[in-house]
Amino acid sequence: EPCGTPISIGFSYFFSYSLAIRAALLIQRWYRQYVARLEMRRRCTWNIFQSIEYAGEQDQIKLYSFFGFLMDHFTPARNLISHIFRENEICRDTEWERYFCYKDIEVPDSYTGPHLTFPMTFCGVSKLVEAFKQKQQLHARYVLQILGETWRLLRILPNINHVSVCQTKEITICGDLHGQLEDLLLIFYKNGLPSSEKPYIFNGDFVDRGKSSLEILLILFGFLLVYPNDLHLNRGNHEDHIVNLRYGFTKEILGKYRVHGKKILKLLQKIFSWLPLATVINDKVLVVHGGISNSTDLNVVSRVDRHRVRRPSDPLSVCFVSIKLKRSQGRRRVRSLTNHSSALPQRNSLPRRSLQNSSISHQLSSSVEDELKRRRRLAGFDQTYKNANGSDSDSDPDFAEAPEANGHDWKQVRYVNLLWSDPMPQNGCISNEVRGGGCYWGPDVTEEVLGRHNLQLLIRSHECKQDGYEFCHNRRVLTIFSASNYYEVGSNRGAYIRMGADLVPHFIQYQASRTCRDLTLRQSVGWTERSALRALREQLFVHKSDLIRAYREFDPHHTGKISMRHWASATETVLKLGLPWRVLRSQLVSRTHYGMVDYQQWIKELSITEPKLEVSDTSILETMYKNHSNLETIFRIIDTDHSGLISLEEFRQTWKLLSSHLKMEISDKAITDLAHSIDFNKDGSIDINEFMEAFRLVDLSAHG
Amino acid sequence: TEEENTGARKIRAAFHVFDHKADNTVDVREVSTIIYSLGCFPTKADIHRFVDEVEEDNMGYVHLDKFLPVMTKVLLENKFPPIPEENLLQAFEVLDKERRGYMEPQELAKYMKSEGETFSQEEMNEMLTALVDEKKNLICYKELISQLTLDLDT
Repeated sequence: EPCGTPISIGFSYFFSYSLAIRAALLIQRWYRQYVARLEMRRRCTWNIFQSIEYAGEQDQIKLYSFFGFLMDHFTPARNLISHIFRENEICRDTEWERYFCYKDIEVPDSYTGPHLTFPMTFCGVSKLVEAFKQKQQLHARYVLQILGETWRLLRILPNINHVSVCQTKEITICGDLHGQLEDLLLIFYKNGLPSSEKPYIFNGDFVDRGKSSLEILLILFGFLLVYPNDLHLNRGNHEDHIVNLRYGFTKEILGKYRVHGKKILKLLQKIFSWLPLATVINDKVLVVHGGISNSTDLNVVSRVDRHRVRRPSDPLSVCFVSIKLKRSQGRRRVRSLTNHSSALPQRNSLPRRSLQNSSISHQLSSSVEDELKRRRRLAGFDQTYKNANGSDSDSDPDFAEAPEANGHDWKQVRYVNLLWSDPMPQNGCISNEVRGGGCYWGPDVTEEVLGRHNLQLLIRSHECKQDGYEFCHNRRVLTIFSASNYYEVGSNRGAYIRMGADLVPHFIQYQASRTCRDLTLRQSVGWTERSALRALREQLFVHKSDLIRAYREFDPHHTGKISMRHWASATETVLKLGLPWRVLRSQLVSRTHYGMVDYQQWIKELSITEPKLEVSDTSILETMYKNHSNLETIFRIIDTDHSGLISLEEFRQTWKLLSSHLKMEISDKAITDLAHSIDFNKDGSIDINEFMEAFRLVDLSAHG
Repeated sequence: TEEENTGARKIRAAFHVFDHKADNTVDVREVSTIIYSLGCFPTKADIHRFVDEVEEDNMGYVHLDKFLPVMTKVLLENKFPPIPEENLLQAFEVLDKERRGYMEPQELAKYMKSEGETFSQEEMNEMLTALVDEKKNLICYKELISQLTLDLDT
């Protein structure tokens, strides 16, 4: 209570005022600390997701590298997979048109989805957008019709689109969408639909991972047909039918269109190969999905036959195999605890399971015969294949030859760079020694390439960014990523760019999913974190045996316990995710005794559901879990007619292929046992989806 | 010493979360997050002084070699100790003159944005989303203080 005199009133007023400031300071300090702690957790969670994602990609690389090896060594197994590398050039386009014809497909009266009329109009596409918003499905007849029209249009587009923006016409640039329709709808809501006043560039990776890849494609193609001069599509690395086999697009199509799915997939394959490779704005800004390399020459790129990239035995897959491997290696933020020798001058250590390093060509060429014999034996194939394959016109023994020697390949290689490369902070350009394609490029390469082409900015996508966009290389390279919540709800924002005549990018960020917007920071961090830990526990579970073996090495007296330090070291040796295990330990291992981890007990507690099938051989079960994606990929490749069904014999062949790839023996008995435990259809075939579902991992842990 | 080793390890682990190029450097703007995450409660002024000591010649980044010794000292000397819950409670009660046990969002916002080391509008929005009880549209600080402390420890 203030006293009577003015001076004392003033003093106590001043005193209480400064107290308020001090209180405010305290609260601000407290709150900022709280937020920073959450941000740290969010960042760690992000690292977990990224490590697992890149580990999965590495897995795929190994598989395709294995395919590449088979292709080049004329094993009979090669025949099982060779069709994925062969473009059927026998048919002419006119014959394909007949095959893709939609006219005989009737739309029944019971169909409640949208009806389309051609030629497409703005109203027609808007109707389509509305229908997809209402979760309707477009009839196969209309799908094939739109795709057919799109294919026809794409064939006359150049490899590189040149667009101009002016004072009255700004352009919008979007990055990866990955089948997340909510994000595309959010962009349209905030920014408006495409039109001649509102041009758009979509920078690749429209499909895979998300559930609505086809809907996104149909919308984009619809607008492309209506506004061919104002809607521009760049091809991404996921606009590729082999990648689609693993990452979900193929499965989505076959699931939604049981009768016509195969035809739709084939037409999409053609469309993907005809997608343009890049867009240039006002001759100053280059927009491409992946990036560049030190040999990028847009004049050459514009002359390539972009739809003819695949050649029989020089599979593009081997090119991108090595590229993708490089991509994953670069993400090792936290050094792996195990020591590797680096084959590449400027990069961190290579993960030990890499198949690609500078000496591999020597390794393989010197012991090819031995390797071949061993693989043949493992795969159980007949030794007399050589004669049968003598007249194979597909053979193209250029395995050890650098593609630079072959002019045609060289152009393909550059095209691959555009879709698969990533920027790196260090100067230089790390390219692949075996095949010479795809790379990591540094700021000096950016300056050189942009300078040479008189460009001022490179806009690319391909990598997920927490805020939806990120600059690098002195703001000369801009990554834009439009799939929000990519790893999990709350993991990242998506963004798109608005650019006017001044060519200065303006960013609009967003996060789809109402659930996510309503969550507080604390809740969304918690949610994402739980999801990441779930994913990590799955990884730990599938590597159970290897982990126990590694822990035992630190436990010579079989006490069942090891120190936390050893636990962290052994776990990293097995999983190779480059994660800070000591920090994560408290969230993964609930109990410790005096700083020791009871690993036997802990492994038992990693509770995952039991499979729905009875299998006597538990090791094959673990192989099953560990190689889930690889197995599914091989199944889908072998299922050439995309029926979703394979015969018992093909099932056996799949396992043989996988065991050859993994260099492990899987007995015929084990495979037969597994086969017998499955539900066979009446004609003796196995449903791939059902089989994979039975082995899907579900984390039952209490912390859920 | 064992304590020093643990401390150094913690510092390194936190530092590496933001070391995107894997070259032992972090962007100078991430330094505050790292310090906070190690359990310290510096003011913005404290952070500015810290950054001045460790930033590479105004280059915008900080190298681990400079960060580690300075941060170690901070931890050993407990330079930016945590705020006891009672002090926090008292601080709220200073602003909540009638000591109702809660504040209205606009009340708190007025102080946060105009006094002390002021919040930006964005920071304020985030704080309100985190602290405001939706049903009552009030900030019931008494419950919040213990709840938020619990959040971080779980």
